[in-house]
Amino acid sequence: MDNLRLLIDAPLLGVQLLLDGILIGAIFALSAYGMALVWGVMGLINVAQGELVMLGGYAAFFLYRAGIHPLFAVPLAGAALFLFGWVLYRSVIFRVVDKDLFISILATFGLSILLQQLANTLFGADVRTAESGLGTLFLFGGAVTVSQIKLVAFAAALLTGAFLVLFLRRTRMGQAIRATAQNARAARVMGVDTGAVYAWTFALNAAICGASGALVAMTWVVHPYLGLPYTVRSFMIVIVAGMGNVAAVLGAALGLGAAENFAGFIFGAEYQAAFVFLLLVAILVWRRFWLARERKVLR
Amino acid sequence: MRKRIAVGSALLAGAALLALLASGADAKVEGDTVVLGAAVSLTGKYSVNGKNTKDGYDLAVKRINEMGGVKVGGKAYQLKVLYYDDESTPARGAQLAERLIGQDGVKFLLGAYSSGLTKAIAPVTEKYKVPQVEGNGAARELFTQGYKYLFAVLSTSDYYLRDAVNLAAEVAKEHGRDPKTLKIAMAFENDPFSLDVRDGILEDARRYGMHVAVDDKLPPEINDMAATLTKVRALKPDMLLVSGHEKGATLLVRQTAEMKIDVPIVAATHCDSAKIAETMGKLAEGILCASQWDRKLTYKDKWFGSAEDYAQLFEKEFKYPAPYQAAESTASVLVFADAFARAGSFEPDKVRDAIASTDLMTFYGPIKFDATGKNVAKPMVLYQVRDGDYKVVAPTRWAEVKLVWPRKLPQ
Repeated sequence: MDNLRLLIDAPLLGVQLLLDGILIGAIFALSAYGMALVWGVMGLINVAQGELVMLGGYAAFFLYRAGIHPLFAVPLAGAALFLFGWVLYRSVIFRVVDKDLFISILATFGLSILLQQLANTLFGADVRTAESGLGTLFLFGGAVTVSQIKLVAFAAALLTGAFLVLFLRRTRMGQAIRATAQNARAARVMGVDTGAVYAWTFALNAAICGASGALVAMTWVVHPYLGLPYTVRSFMIVIVAGMGNVAAVLGAALGLGAAENFAGFIFGAEYQAAFVFLLLVAILVWRRFWLARERKVLR
Repeated sequence: MRKRIAVGSALLAGAALLALLASGADAKVEGDTVVLGAAVSLTGKYSVNGKNTKDGYDLAVKRINEMGGVKVGGKAYQLKVLYYDDESTPARGAQLAERLIGQDGVKFLLGAYSSGLTKAIAPVTEKYKVPQVEGNGAARELFTQGYKYLFAVLSTSDYYLRDAVNLAAEVAKEHGRDPKTLKIAMAFENDPFSLDVRDGILEDARRYGMHVAVDDKLPPEINDMAATLTKVRALKPDMLLVSGHEKGATLLVRQTAEMKIDVPIVAATHCDSAKIAETMGKLAEGILCASQWDRKLTYKDKWFGSAEDYAQLFEKEFKYPAPYQAAESTASVLVFADAFARAGSFEPDKVRDAIASTDLMTFYGPIKFDATGKNVAKPMVLYQVRDGDYKVVAPTRWAEVKLVWPRKLPQ
C-alpha cells in the first residue's frame, strides 16, 4: 500500500504511468486489429499472432543492421510480413479456414511453435534491439518522460486503424472482405473470390503484426520467444471489444495498457499479468449478465 | 550331443567375454590413463554453452598431459575424458551419469552445463559415492541438500550482485556516509536463478542495515520495466540492481536511458553475455556487470600462467575468445588433477576427501570449498562499462580501473 500512498503524494507519477500505459497499449492494439480482422472474416483464431510480431521485429532488426533507419523499417517489415502472410495462407491456413475452430487453433498453435523454433535456429536465442535514435521528451520539468518512439508507435496505431477503416469501407477488396465476413457463401454466389479475400485478409493481418513487431524492436527487445504475450493480449482485447469495431479495439487496448501499468506499479510487477487476467474474467462475467439482460429486453 | 557341447562352449566363451568386459569396465584407470566422465550439452538449447564446457575440459586435459600428467604413487598418469551428449535435458543427463558410472566404470565426474542438469546428476553421483567437480551449476540449492560428493569451483548465484552492494557501501564510506542510509531498488525475473541473486542481496543489505525501497519480481513474459522504473524515479534510491538474464539487462539499459532514470549505481547480471556495451554503446556507459571471471584478472597458476595466458591459449586452440564458462570448466579439471596428486590414490573416497581439503590458486581464481562443497574463496567480478568496453572495478584488489561514481546518465 506504500505504493498507493506514493501515487497519491506524487500525482505526476500517475501521469507517467497513464502515458506509458496508453502508449504501450497502442502497440498491443496493432496486433489486436489483425486478430479481430482474421477472426471476424475467416472465423479463425490465430494463435501464431505473436510469432508474426516476433518475425516483424527480426525483419526490423536486420534492416537496421543493414543500415536502414528503423523508422523506414516499419513499413518495410510490414511489406515483408505481408508476403510471408500470403505464403502462409496459401500453404497452410487455407486448409483450416472452413474447418472446426479447434482444428484451426491447433494448426496455428503448431505454426507458432514451428516459427519460434525456426527463429531460434536461424537467428539465435540472443536478445536483440534496434536503436531508433529518437530522443525522449520531458514534461513537467523532467518529472515525466515520454520516449518519442512510443509516440511514433501510438501514431502508427492510430494511422493503421484509420487506414483499416478506410480500406474496408472504400476499396473493392475491402467491400469483398466485408461481404465475405457477413456471409461467405452468399459472397461466393455473388462472384466474390473468397479464396483471394481470405489470402488478402491474412496477409494484411501479418503486415500489421509485422509493423507492430518493428515498433516492438525499437521500443523494447526482440527474441524468438516474445510472441505469446502478444497473442494472449490481442485475444483479450478482441474478446472485450468485439470483432466489428476498430475504434473499440483501440479503446480496449489503450485501457488495458493503462490498467496493466497501474497494476504493476501498485501491486508490484509480479502481479501485473495476474491483474490483467483477473480483469478479463471480471469483464467476461459482467458482459454475460449485461447481454442476458439485453436479451430479456428483446424478448 | 556334439552340437550341444558346441552351444555350451559358445555360451561359456560369451560369458567369459562378458566377464572380461565387465572387469575392464570396473577399472577407472586403464593402464596409465585415468578416465573422467562428463555429460555435456552438445545439442539442444545449451549447445553453445555445452561446447564451451567441453572445450574447457579438453584444454585442461591437453595441458595437464603435456606437462607429464598427474603423479600418483610415483607413477605418472594421463587424463582422458569420456563424453556423452545430454541433449540439454536433465533426465537424459541423469541417465548418462548412471551409464558412465555403472557401465563405463568411471569413478570421477565432471559437471554438465547449467544448474538444471547439475541438479539432476548430483543425486546419481551421491548414490554411487562418485566425486563430481563442476563449474557450471550455480544454483544455491545445489549446496543446501547436504551432498557430500558435489563440488563447484564457481561462485553460487546468490553471490552475483553481493559485490555491488559491498561496493556501494565502500563508496558511501569514502564519501562520509553511513551505509545504513543507503536505499536499494531492485527488480528480478521470477525464476530460480534471479531469486537466488535476490536472496544474496537481501542478506548483505540486512548486514549493512540498508533499506530496500523497491523489490519487484518481473514475470518472465513481461517485456517492459516502465512501471518499476517509474517507482525508482520517485524513490531516488542509491543503487538499482537487476537480474533478468540477457533480456533483463538489455531492457534495463534501454529503459533507464529512455526514461532518464538517474541512479548512482546500476548493476545487472548477464550484461556481458547480452553484449550491452557492444550493441548499445553509450547508453550502457557506467553500468556494472557481474561476471564469474575475466581474462584481465591477475590470478596465476603453474598450468596456464596468468588468466590472460589462458585466454590466449584458448583462443589459439578453439578460434574464439574464452568465455567464463570454459574457464570454469578448465578449473574443474585442475581441481581433480590437484586432488589426485594429494590423495596419492584413485580411491574415490580418498580423492573426495582430498578435493574437500583443496586450497588451490588457479588462473581462474582461488579455490577452496566449504563444508557444502561450494567455492568460497573466489569473489565475483564486477565490470563497469566504459567507452564501449568492460573494465574490472571490483573486487578492488584486482581492479583494472577505479569505479566512476556516481554513474553519469548518458545524454
